[in-house]
Amino acid sequence: MQFGRVKKAPENYVSKDLFADVAENGMDETRRGFLRKSFLTALGAAATGGVMGSVEAAEGEKVILEKQSWQTTLGQPVAARPYGMPSQWEAALQRRESPGLTRVSAASVAFAPLQGFFGIITPSGLHFERHHQGWYDIDPAQHRLMINGLVKEEKVFTMDDLMRLPAVSRIHFIECGANTGLEWGNVAVPSVQYTHGMLSCCEFTGVPLSTLLDMCGADLKKGKYILAEGGDGSGMTRTIPMDAALKDVLVCWAMNGEMLRPENGYPLRLVVPGIQGVSWVKWLRRLEVGDMPYASKDEAVHYIDLLPNGLHRQYTTIQECKSVITTPSGGQQLLDKGFYNITGLAWSGRGKIKHVDISVDGGNNWKRARLETPILSKAVTRFNMDWTWDGSPAILMSRATDETGYVQPMIKQLREVRGTRSIYHNNSIQAWKLDVNGELSNVQVG
Amino acid sequence: MYKLANPLMRKLLLVGVFLSFSTLSLAQSKYEGIGRQATKDEIAAWDIDVRPDFKGLPKGSGTTARGQEVWESRCASCHGTFGESNEVFTPIVGGTTKEDMQTGRVASLTNPKQPQRTTLMKVATVSTLWDYIHRAMPWNAPRTLTVDDTYAVLGYVLSMAEIVPDDFTLSDQNIAEVQKLMPNRNGMTQSHGLWNEGGKPDVKATACMSDCSKHVTIGSTLPDYARNAHDNLALQNRAFGAFRGADTSKPPANKLPEKGGFVLTLASAESVTPAGLFKKHNCATCHAPASRAIGPAISEIAAKYKGQADAMKKLNQKVKLGGAGVWGAIPMPPHAHVPDGDIDTLVRWVLTGQ
Repeated sequence: MQFGRVKKAPENYVSKDLFADVAENGMDETRRGFLRKSFLTALGAAATGGVMGSVEAAEGEKVILEKQSWQTTLGQPVAARPYGMPSQWEAALQRRESPGLTRVSAASVAFAPLQGFFGIITPSGLHFERHHQGWYDIDPAQHRLMINGLVKEEKVFTMDDLMRLPAVSRIHFIECGANTGLEWGNVAVPSVQYTHGMLSCCEFTGVPLSTLLDMCGADLKKGKYILAEGGDGSGMTRTIPMDAALKDVLVCWAMNGEMLRPENGYPLRLVVPGIQGVSWVKWLRRLEVGDMPYASKDEAVHYIDLLPNGLHRQYTTIQECKSVITTPSGGQQLLDKGFYNITGLAWSGRGKIKHVDISVDGGNNWKRARLETPILSKAVTRFNMDWTWDGSPAILMSRATDETGYVQPMIKQLREVRGTRSIYHNNSIQAWKLDVNGELSNVQVG
Repeated sequence: MYKLANPLMRKLLLVGVFLSFSTLSLAQSKYEGIGRQATKDEIAAWDIDVRPDFKGLPKGSGTTARGQEVWESRCASCHGTFGESNEVFTPIVGGTTKEDMQTGRVASLTNPKQPQRTTLMKVATVSTLWDYIHRAMPWNAPRTLTVDDTYAVLGYVLSMAEIVPDDFTLSDQNIAEVQKLMPNRNGMTQSHGLWNEGGKPDVKATACMSDCSKHVTIGSTLPDYARNAHDNLALQNRAFGAFRGADTSKPPANKLPEKGGFVLTLASAESVTPAGLFKKHNCATCHAPASRAIGPAISEIAAKYKGQADAMKKLNQKVKLGGAGVWGAIPMPPHAHVPDGDIDTLVRWVLTGQ
């Protein structure tokens, strides 16, 4: 009978001399015999050096049969870590850069580890990062928000001012327009962290922008656009159409119940639901009401979509309906045949997710997945599907449909319209190929 | 009650009542006492954006000769001597022609073999460049260029692209004329459905449920060299639960891997080590450990200064104030923003490895 998983052999059970001998001269019966003997000796040493209270005759796992240190000694006191940290056993899940993506880390991206998330909320410390000229931890007492332009009264607000206003909390996804952009041409990166990790979903708290515009007496007749400007070195500027600004945009200071993290714009950022992350201006210092788009650098040089006829689409900002299976996903390994829960995330910049379909045969046949609550507008929705792996190769895909009836496309459908040299707004269906060894890899179908 | 002495007084009083009433109505919105009026000087200090119609553009001018000076000392280290470097950021200059300036469309954008899209191939509005250079450049010391130097350096960039002559003076007076020469000024479209929530999508997929694609073809797979390019994925996944990370340090296994757990430790506080400071202060932009990048390799610097008694002091100055002429045409920009203690640590590390 086998309990739990097979464990690794004890470390260094082979002597250096024997290791060198085998490496140099290969394996024969004599050397195999030596190896076997060394292994048994090492096992014996591990067993006799066992934990106090071991019950050698009993059948079962040591972790059950023997008392463990966490049962027999005193644990840590409260507030040993006054601001909590994840368990040391969770250190594998971290924001990570994609090597070679950029030369400078201050103008780069750190991807969120979607492969390890549960539910729909991104932990604040793992929210993806994208900076244009490095991040600062700005003293809130020194921070100001100015509203100017086509308003009756141009105003300045302190953080004290803003946080006195009636606040709302909303759960929304934020996705960089370049998310999955590495794969417009071909498969380039190994795991969901790097294909889709410029995505996060959090509860944001702040004051509706419409409240502030109202307080300043914004001219809504002439003022059809808003320029949002950041307080960092890049002075990130983005044009937001007034319709969106009045609808659900927030001037926000909190995320997941705590103040924003510095990497996410502390103490103030814009939240622009459904619209690509670059418009969610961090370290927000100024909002200007104007009568024309501003064509600032990131909306005139980057974040524009090259069409096959050489024209660039400007102000492409809506993040269209998209989904991805997060587990099992590229770079992961199934332990064995048998039951698995296929799970992932779906989202749409145009509203709620209506349904998600899953295929395990490369898109030939699809089954409807379960959508987990809450299903919120412009937020990530978690989906699940039961699946039993019989050990044969498979190709796993998910396809989302939103409440407008828009169906997530295949990459070739996007390429038919936009060619192959786009970077942004790749919302195509992701495929993960499962090999007989249980390992999953990133592939494009069709 | 009182009687007003004359009609003028009455008028003044009425104006007074009206004024105080209107002030009241502004200040006493629903949210009394929150926010205050911005002063003119405050707005002038922050309202720095320049629009395509040049609203917001300050008066000023600069020659290409001055622009070249600024470029070579402040910009070339990232963008290359001719604005064509691809080392740190994508190139600014290149890929545009005289014909493009006439049509306002960059012809090379229709060529699928064009390897790179430079800034000047893409940008439609010269205001965008002025605004961005003034607001955010030089990259490591944003907002330190004067208005005149911004004109000068933008004029120099445009001259490198042969959009304006070599000896040009760009100013608020002639920038609208330069706009008429921008190679891609007609290259943008806003007629698409991806700006507004109610906009029309450009693809229409259908949700077929069965027998949708009998011959599934895999169009692209991860190249072998990319398997471990993001480090070992086994260490980027939980060591327990439904799935493990694949050990990408090895070729794909033929059988299921060892199921034992991985023991991981939290990453050390990198920023206090010299290597961490090197990363934090963006030194890796130009310097690699053992190979020549934009600047010399660390090993080259260490070898050159080996045994020199004043090496620490010399290099300290070079990092802080910038330097030129030692390692080739591209100068080292000044790093006044890096704390002195950090410079000391970095220089010692470069020279001694400690």
